[in-house]
Amino acid sequence: MAEGVKPRVKAPSSAAAGEAVVLKTLISHQMESGQRKNADGTPIPRSIINRFTCEFNGKSVIDVKMEPAISTNPYFEFEAVIPEAGDLKFTWYDDDGDVYEDVKSVAIA
Amino acid sequence: MKFKAMTAIAALLLSVPAMSLADPDEDQLVLNGEMESVTETAAPAHLSDVLDTIYSGWRFRENETQALQMDDFDNPGMIFADLGLDQWNAVEGEEGKSCASCHDDVTESMKGVRAVYPKWNEAAGEVRTLAMQINDCRETNMQAEPYKYNSTQMTNMEALISVQSRGMPVNVAIDGPVQATWEAGKEMYYTRFGQLELSCANCHEDNYGNMIRADHLSQGQINGFPTYRLKNAKLNQTHDRFRGCIRDTRGHTFDVGSPEFVALELYVASRGNGLSVEGPSVRN
Repeated sequence: MAEGVKPRVKAPSSAAAGEAVVLKTLISHQMESGQRKNADGTPIPRSIINRFTCEFNGKSVIDVKMEPAISTNPYFEFEAVIPEAGDLKFTWYDDDGDVYEDVKSVAIA
Repeated sequence: MKFKAMTAIAALLLSVPAMSLADPDEDQLVLNGEMESVTETAAPAHLSDVLDTIYSGWRFRENETQALQMDDFDNPGMIFADLGLDQWNAVEGEEGKSCASCHDDVTESMKGVRAVYPKWNEAAGEVRTLAMQINDCRETNMQAEPYKYNSTQMTNMEALISVQSRGMPVNVAIDGPVQATWEAGKEMYYTRFGQLELSCANCHEDNYGNMIRADHLSQGQINGFPTYRLKNAKLNQTHDRFRGCIRDTRGHTFDVGSPEFVALELYVASRGNGLSVEGPSVRN
């Protein structure tokens, strides 16, 4: 696992049925582009998060392919309509094969 | 069309307040919609000859940057405070202890700590910054390797400890045993360094509110350190900032953790007595 990776999600714990809620996600990650060189002139290998997804009760909300130009600690803010009570599942895919997950439950108020 | 454009420009001009563009703005810092922070207050007594009011650097920043600090989720510095919490609970060293072994819950034990550092350590007979105290704890009580003074780990730990004092007024002692160090720091603050022959005071006392190239000069308060800077996307320590400032005067700079910077940190911190602790703050 890359060092110091920690996903964070801000989602409401409850929403009205059919309400569009704002979701904020942030993951601490170095997002090394692969373009840089170290002091010896050798390239620093690429190490980024290449995909981010969010699902609600197994249904895709957002699926993002990420490229090396994205800066460190990528932050996503988006909206999702909450039709029923359920779980929001957030997944980040690292270049090194690691997968980071976070789940937030949303109740219907 | 042309008339419309002219009106738009006129409206823009009218909407700019009469004061200079670069002065501290009137925004108020409220964290997470609940914790009010003091970003403007009467200058401490020892500054009565030179300043009437002290302002946090937050007041000199753009609205977008200010907004980042107002919500803990949006504040990128909080990531590092979270990492600091992992370090807090991690057992290290030959004693088999973590920070939590002695200090328990960081939210209780470290409340108000950031606000009074640097301070006198009676046993050691020296003025200590927070970083020095953390390392002493690691070496003496944990038998662990000290952190490098401006390492990421040290900065994370400082951020974690600062968070517990947010909203509390900076209250650094300047008399008694620390007085000699404080005087040395003051001397340094007014000493011109480098080819450009600039002292701290030339920019941060005489010219705060004015522009330095494309940026607003603040009063150089350190109540918001460690600071997340957008320019390098990481937390920055006070001593790194000092070093950057002296480098910009084209001078030979001091080392992080050097006695000179400890004295300067004490003095600069005391210039912010009364402002709220903001660390980790967000600046550009």
